[in-house]
Amino acid sequence: MSAAEANVVENDSQNIGVGSSSQDESGEQYLTFIMADEEYGVDILKVQEIRGWEKTTPIPNAPNHIKGVINLRGTVVPIIDLRRCFGMDQVEYGPLTVVIVLKVDSSQNSRTMGIVVDAVSDVYSLDNESLQPAPNMGDSYDTSYIRGLATVGEKMVMLLEINELLDLDDIPNVNELKQQVAAAQASA
Amino acid sequence: MTKILAVDDSASMRQMVAFTLQGAGYDVVEASDGLEALSEADKSGFDLVLSDVNMPNMDGLTLCKELRTKPDFKYTPILMLTTESGGDKKMEGKQAGATGWIVKPFNPEQLLKTIKKVLG
Amino acid sequence: MAVDVSQFYQVFFEESLEGLDNMESALMALDPQTIDAETINTIFRAAHSIKGGSATFGFTEVAAFTHVLETLLDEVREGSRALHADHVDLLLRSVDAMRLMIETLQAGDVIDPEDSKELKEQFEAILKGESFAGVTPQVAEEQAAPSTQNSTWQIHFAPHPEMLITGNEPIRMFRELSELGELHVECLTGELPSFESISPDSCYLSWNLTLQGCENLEEIKEVFEWVEDEADITYKSLKADEVKDYIQNAVDATGADNTVAPASDANQFMVDSMLQSPKNEVETPKAGPVETVVKEQPNVESISKNNAATTTTVAKTPPKPAEASIRVGTDKIDQLINLVGELVITQSMLGQLGEGDSEDFTQEKLLRLQEGLSQLEQNTRELQESVMRIRMLPISFSFSRFPRMVRDLSQRLNKKIDLVLQGEQTELDKTVMEKIGDPLVHLVRNSVDHGIESPADRVKAGKPEAGKVVLNAYHQGGNVVIEIKDDGAGLNRERILAKAIENGVVQAGDSLTDEQINDLIFQPGFSTAAEVSDVSGRGVGMDVVRRNIQELNGTVDVKSVAGKGSTFTIRLPLTLAILDGQLVRVGVENYIFPLVSIVESIQVNRNQLNRVAGGSQVLRLRNEYIPIVYLHEVYSTQADFHSIEEGLVVVVEFENNKFGIVVDDLLAQQQVVIKSLETNYRRVEGVSGATILGDGQVALIVDIAGLVKMGGATQALKQIESMVKRQPKVA
Repeated sequence: MSAAEANVVENDSQNIGVGSSSQDESGEQYLTFIMADEEYGVDILKVQEIRGWEKTTPIPNAPNHIKGVINLRGTVVPIIDLRRCFGMDQVEYGPLTVVIVLKVDSSQNSRTMGIVVDAVSDVYSLDNESLQPAPNMGDSYDTSYIRGLATVGEKMVMLLEINELLDLDDIPNVNELKQQVAAAQASA
Repeated sequence: MTKILAVDDSASMRQMVAFTLQGAGYDVVEASDGLEALSEADKSGFDLVLSDVNMPNMDGLTLCKELRTKPDFKYTPILMLTTESGGDKKMEGKQAGATGWIVKPFNPEQLLKTIKKVLG
Repeated sequence: MAVDVSQFYQVFFEESLEGLDNMESALMALDPQTIDAETINTIFRAAHSIKGGSATFGFTEVAAFTHVLETLLDEVREGSRALHADHVDLLLRSVDAMRLMIETLQAGDVIDPEDSKELKEQFEAILKGESFAGVTPQVAEEQAAPSTQNSTWQIHFAPHPEMLITGNEPIRMFRELSELGELHVECLTGELPSFESISPDSCYLSWNLTLQGCENLEEIKEVFEWVEDEADITYKSLKADEVKDYIQNAVDATGADNTVAPASDANQFMVDSMLQSPKNEVETPKAGPVETVVKEQPNVESISKNNAATTTTVAKTPPKPAEASIRVGTDKIDQLINLVGELVITQSMLGQLGEGDSEDFTQEKLLRLQEGLSQLEQNTRELQESVMRIRMLPISFSFSRFPRMVRDLSQRLNKKIDLVLQGEQTELDKTVMEKIGDPLVHLVRNSVDHGIESPADRVKAGKPEAGKVVLNAYHQGGNVVIEIKDDGAGLNRERILAKAIENGVVQAGDSLTDEQINDLIFQPGFSTAAEVSDVSGRGVGMDVVRRNIQELNGTVDVKSVAGKGSTFTIRLPLTLAILDGQLVRVGVENYIFPLVSIVESIQVNRNQLNRVAGGSQVLRLRNEYIPIVYLHEVYSTQADFHSIEEGLVVVVEFENNKFGIVVDDLLAQQQVVIKSLETNYRRVEGVSGATILGDGQVALIVDIAGLVKMGGATQALKQIESMVKRQPKVA
């Protein structure tokens, strides 16, 4: 499904209006998105809505990956640029760019944030048992924001723990990590 | 419709009284002290007046005396809401022209019973 | 009819807390030597209302406690007891105790009777000490006696002529009697005067009544309860051998024989209260959730059919924890209603204009449309102001705690202090009020503890023994100003400086102005109290006070004269929710400046600029040097102007200093609704919040203080000051 179709799809309950390849109720559902041809997944229950890119208001002296804030029906919501987080080249954002609005819980409160992704991909139901834990990458990589790895067809999908990932101060270079993980798995 | 004037400086008591009486089908006008009650009494007649004794601006006894000077309130039953500590207050109340009293604390059921007794 | 009285709890809690506040301030104003009748009445009334309400709503602990208090106050009020100074202390402590009880109930918790036991016992001891001790619970046991086994009664009822003028109607009593049993009425007309001498207000009739089937004399007496002083009533049991039940209750209206009446009166009351209190407990659900659960639990299994009904009542019972509410004067509401009325008229006028098709739309209609829209704008603004006004409360709500606090503190510190409150009617937003409470307490405490000297020191310094602390509030522009002024020793310049050097905040060689030195007390970790007392030294410093005030978009500063005293001045916005803003443009972004901070905006020439050491620019404007801040540099963004001549300088004032902020353009002025960035993001330095503009875009609200600091302008200020010293007059 293309980004344009995904534009402004609201997720009121659990079921998002995105085409799904599997409706198995036993596992958890993940919304996956594409960043530089790699697929990542987030817990679908955290997804509030999917909307098109719009101009943000930049925040002074914010870290690079904070694109700015937008008005989401009267509340001010920060937008996080995942390309920046993932250490990828910048692209021009346009009407086809997708923002996934997520609810992020921390110990004190829950916050609403948007992430800019290349495209929304699919919805998978994945059994918790079929997930592989993130391999131990040594001290140089914090893997706490990886919920697990899933293999769908021939692709490896990295499922993200967004509460950990969107800790504002320190967003890791996930792309690099994913390649490291893939390499580690291949050699295993 | 039977019209009752409820006078008390305590909002919770007043609300409780008004709510109870309205629920029983009476028309209730609230006043928070004697002065306010008098101005309500100037606007319209009432079938019954319920008044607290201790109130700022004008207390219940003065209110009672004042009401009795008005032709429209000459025979209107006036009940004082008293507490046990106001033992002599009952006497004073009678002298001021009060019909009777309801001893606080009372619950909604007791209030209604007494009101029915007076209004029939 | 079952009335759920728990719906009135919240109102009761609020009025009780308010009553306690009144009681407290009245107690503070009380001089035991010359008791003012109205003051003692106010205190009595507050206690009385709380007792009445708590008994009615089934809060027995509160009722029991207030009862002893009320009894004491009543005796003082009646003049039968002298009020001692230690009574006042005890009463003040009981205000605290009652406040705790009410707050406990409000939070849905159960009162621990132990908390107030000691105080209650002290009151009881006072009451027992002398004079009439009020009604003691033991009397209640006498209640068992009166009921008898008789079922037929003969009653002689002879109203005094004036009974009718109290609105008592014999027919009502007969109706009531007939509900107790079978009633036979015989009317005696012997006293009827001749027709011409009949007064229509007088009662000349008497009655012989026979009531069958009623066993309880008390029930019968209750019917006549209200008129027992206005009628001769005799009750006679028809079983002749029961002589003692023949109760002669004839009391002369002139009061010649009062021995029987008061006794039976007191008795009557105890019967009432005995009958009522257990009943209350059954019918009024207790507030504590724990108790309710325990009570309901055993029933769950046995009556599973009623289970649903049972659980719903349980769920309803516990009061919601401290629901915030506000009491609004009816004048404010009326004003709102008027404004809404106007809004409806405007709306219907605009609606009419919108009718018909496009060809009907004429130039004349356009004019009326524009007129209507401007009217709508005005209505909306007035409505907004009125709604904001609802949230405004007089600052006396916040000030009222200080007389008590200062009294307690000065006792503890052995100081003499007169507290003066001014401008108590100054209104302030409720949220601001709640948040300013703690900083104010801290500042007042600071003045009492550190500011005011001991009486001996004061006398030595040639001052009156009693120190003076003045709390003042007033409106200034869109701000509320609160001053805490004392006539104490003033800030100790040397000690502050020494401490600052010790902390490394300033260098030993720095030359600082008095203001700068005074300002140092707002630095973190700064306490100059020679010894840490339990009054001020609680680990909360002035830095916290300043931070709290800054979070409210306010400022605090201090002026001090050695030996004369200090004045802390707090400036706060009237409300947190809405800001009068000036929209400015820098590059492609729009920002909001708080209008209150703006002094003027000017175009400047390059030759008006100077550079001071450190590279900062200053602007010479008339007789002042003003540090310049480039907003786009501080915010790391792009501006359109290349040199200052192409841009605009917005002169702002903050903590009595002026700064110039360079922007591209000045746009509209508008009121903006403040949104927090922290809800979903976090606090951003130099930004106090965000708002949503008419086109849906988010604009950031500039925190002038933060911006100026980040732009290094505060540093530049110091440079300017040293510059001005060298060259005192600007040409």
